[in-house]
Amino acid sequence: MATIKINVNGEEREISDIDPNTPLLWTLRDNLQMVGTKFGCGKGLCGACTVHLNGNAARSCSIPISAVDGQSVTTIEGLAAKAHKLHPLQEAWMEHDVPQCGYCQAGQIMNAAAFLSRNSTPSDSDIDDAMAGNLCRCGTYQRIRKAIHTAATKGGVA
Amino acid sequence: MKKDLYDHDLEPDVDMPAEFIQRLNRPSKRVSETADSFIPRRQFLKMSGIAGGGLVLAFSLSRSPSAKAAHHTDSDSPEFSPNAFIQIKPDGTIVLAAKNPEVGQGIKTFLPMIIAEELEVPWESVAIQQSAIDAKRFGPQSAGGSQSTPRNWDPLRQAGAVARTMLISAAAKTWGVTESKCKADQGFIVNESNGKKLSYAKLAATAASLPVPDGKTVPLKKRSDYKLLGKFIPGVDNQDIVTGQPLFGIDQQLPGLLYAIYVKCPSFGGTVKSANLDAIKARLGVVDAFILKGNGVDNELSAGVAILAKSTYEAFQAEKALEVDWDKGPASKESWTDLQKQSREITSKPGKVTEEQGDLTAALSSAAQVVESFYTYPFLSHSNLEPQNCTAWFRDGKMELWAPSQTPQAIAGMLSKLLDLDQSKIEVNQLRIGGGFGRRLLNDFACEAAAIAHKVDAPIKLMWNRESDMAHDFYRVGGFHNLTGTLDSNGRLTGLQDRTIVFTPTGGDGKRPVRGGNVRASNIQCPEIPNVRIEANSLPLQVPAGWWRAPGSCSLAWVFQSFIHEMAVTAKRDHLEFLVEQFGEPRWLKKGKAQILNTERAINVTKLAAEKGDWGKPMKKGQGRGLSFYFSHLGYFAEIAEVTVDSANNVTVDRVVVAADVGMLLNKSGGENQVEGSVIDGISTLADQEITFENGAVKESNFDTYPLLRMPAQPKIEIHWITSDYSPTGLGEPAFPPLAAAVTNAIHQATGKRIRTMPISKEGFQIT
Repeated sequence: MATIKINVNGEEREISDIDPNTPLLWTLRDNLQMVGTKFGCGKGLCGACTVHLNGNAARSCSIPISAVDGQSVTTIEGLAAKAHKLHPLQEAWMEHDVPQCGYCQAGQIMNAAAFLSRNSTPSDSDIDDAMAGNLCRCGTYQRIRKAIHTAATKGGVA
Repeated sequence: MKKDLYDHDLEPDVDMPAEFIQRLNRPSKRVSETADSFIPRRQFLKMSGIAGGGLVLAFSLSRSPSAKAAHHTDSDSPEFSPNAFIQIKPDGTIVLAAKNPEVGQGIKTFLPMIIAEELEVPWESVAIQQSAIDAKRFGPQSAGGSQSTPRNWDPLRQAGAVARTMLISAAAKTWGVTESKCKADQGFIVNESNGKKLSYAKLAATAASLPVPDGKTVPLKKRSDYKLLGKFIPGVDNQDIVTGQPLFGIDQQLPGLLYAIYVKCPSFGGTVKSANLDAIKARLGVVDAFILKGNGVDNELSAGVAILAKSTYEAFQAEKALEVDWDKGPASKESWTDLQKQSREITSKPGKVTEEQGDLTAALSSAAQVVESFYTYPFLSHSNLEPQNCTAWFRDGKMELWAPSQTPQAIAGMLSKLLDLDQSKIEVNQLRIGGGFGRRLLNDFACEAAAIAHKVDAPIKLMWNRESDMAHDFYRVGGFHNLTGTLDSNGRLTGLQDRTIVFTPTGGDGKRPVRGGNVRASNIQCPEIPNVRIEANSLPLQVPAGWWRAPGSCSLAWVFQSFIHEMAVTAKRDHLEFLVEQFGEPRWLKKGKAQILNTERAINVTKLAAEKGDWGKPMKKGQGRGLSFYFSHLGYFAEIAEVTVDSANNVTVDRVVVAADVGMLLNKSGGENQVEGSVIDGISTLADQEITFENGAVKESNFDTYPLLRMPAQPKIEIHWITSDYSPTGLGEPAFPPLAAAVTNAIHQATGKRIRTMPISKEGFQIT
């Protein structure tokens, strides 16, 4: 068992008495009770568990908590920089009414946010390639693409 | 033998009350005049007594305040709540009920929209509350068969209209004028003689003192006066979704919660002889482990081993260390490979005729051309992205569940028998659901959670991992169709025979098909074919079958719409002309039965799809355009797919054009989202999805072996609606069935290759 320190959404968190092999996903959900990050496959195949690790998109289901000791994690709960100002992608997701069931969308948005911070003027195929690791069982891909374009056009995504 | 092939439901698996079906046949204008309710009036009006002492909600920015409910204490200022669906408070807050489970079909948004339209309030001014599960107050609460729209259309319009009528009466009383001078306008009643107005909030107390009129007697709005229905209205939970708030079953947290897994025999029906429970209980983080015998009913409680731990991870790890000696005596030994061989053999020979119209033998002997083709499709998994889960808490003799179920009202009855509990001691809470597709019409996960909680002195959250979700689904059944078609010398389709397999549950009566597994002549949906014969050979099946998005239609549409195209090609005739010819004259096939084909609506959507889909326009080499039609769940859909196929058989679906008639579109956003999703789901399914099993156990285990379509493969999707006066019908399912044949017919045009085995990867094609 181990004690782990991580910065989650700007807050220092200490998790004691945890199996160091516990995936970041379950640490967030069970230990920190932050359930916005979702479990889909447990193997990094679906992207529902995507978070930002030191600013890069990462599959939290496949990263042991011991590997992120002392590092910074951003989850969907902390994507909006300020309490009353959503991230442009969150705004665009609502404008285009992207979600159907909504279960995959946190992972989609986190993946898209990391991607847009590197490419603020993406083409359709740039988006499709960047988002290929995130599954949507409901099939909201048309709207995800539109929303990413809208967020990119409106700016403020870096 | 001669009988009427269309004199039954097209989807016999989906139970619809007879009175409901009859009403759907009338254009909505007449429904408006009669304004009758599907919920018995007695039940409906019983809801009127909830004012005061009900729940008041603490509203946040979110429009879904259900998680933040607090008890109402201010009994001095009465709210106006003429029925279970509406609460208007003196402070101006208007709360509308969202009665049915939200699985992604948009129902939490569009059912309240129906109420808001008739209530005549601005959408921005209302808060939406997910209803408790309570049949007496809310009527049927389920998400299945695309029935929520048609079932609730009248009752919810009436609920809104009753409240509006009473607010008008309250205003007339306040002003001392006749009701005819008062008009409702977006949250106010306006006195038309002097222009004065009073808000609903100000009228709430007076309205609450008035008698509640019969829903059948109140006037409903004309469609031409609608301000909200038909508009692009985003989902009410969107802000919570995009900010990661707890909404789903899997998100439930309770004090002292234990995390449970339940391990069942990989071969369906196997039971537990013994397990290394002591070793499991000795593991760090594990709190308890025990065997449940189950009741032998696969959609209730199968035998298995429960493990309870302090975290999900520790429960999942314990499963890896679990060693079970399974009793496979009662288990399935079925093999997909063997079933395929057996079914192919059975359908290659004449079988027992189960339906016949005309004289197929004569059609065969007089035919100018005869085509014989064998079509087959696999079992499928639902693969909801949120794996099955359920939270349960047994305390003080009461069982409370937080169940992501499409049929939450069915749970109490099942648990009552399973655990010998009075139904009044069982409470079920509904939650947002991470995908339904029919999987959660069955409540095995809820039975498991309750059975585990029943033995534990703590709340438990049962979690399935992806592997157990795929291994213990209720699968869309695979199918086998040996088809024969006959053409006369004018190229007209004179006969069609289907030698097929209908699976029946092992241990059943050998007649009743498995869920979603029936095959009927009416599924062909070509009423003009004079000679039709169905030979449905039954074969027992122990692998659990379930309803999968558009049960029956989801596979049969591909078979028959492909074969009709095949016959058109053989006849050297234009497919559009040939398909429309099969519908005959524009008419109801059975007057007074909305679940049976209306050929006029079929012809109209087919022609519209062709027009918008550039039917007949030349294409480049390697490109093809395919057409398909299907009527299911009361919705009429025709689809055109355009594909490009390269020399290595890589298929790009470039564009899909959809033409639809569901009467009226209630929410442009939610409705079109369903259609776009159905198209993606259709391509996903035909590309490379197949569930196989050997020794009664499923081989696929995760999205690496059972792939879902990814974003780069999405086509351009265009949707065209025919707005008719018919009552609006559901959109969760009917856009799915035509898609596959549109694509495979397009591949045929592009390559000359007819795909008769699903998924298309079996025929050497890949979707890119």
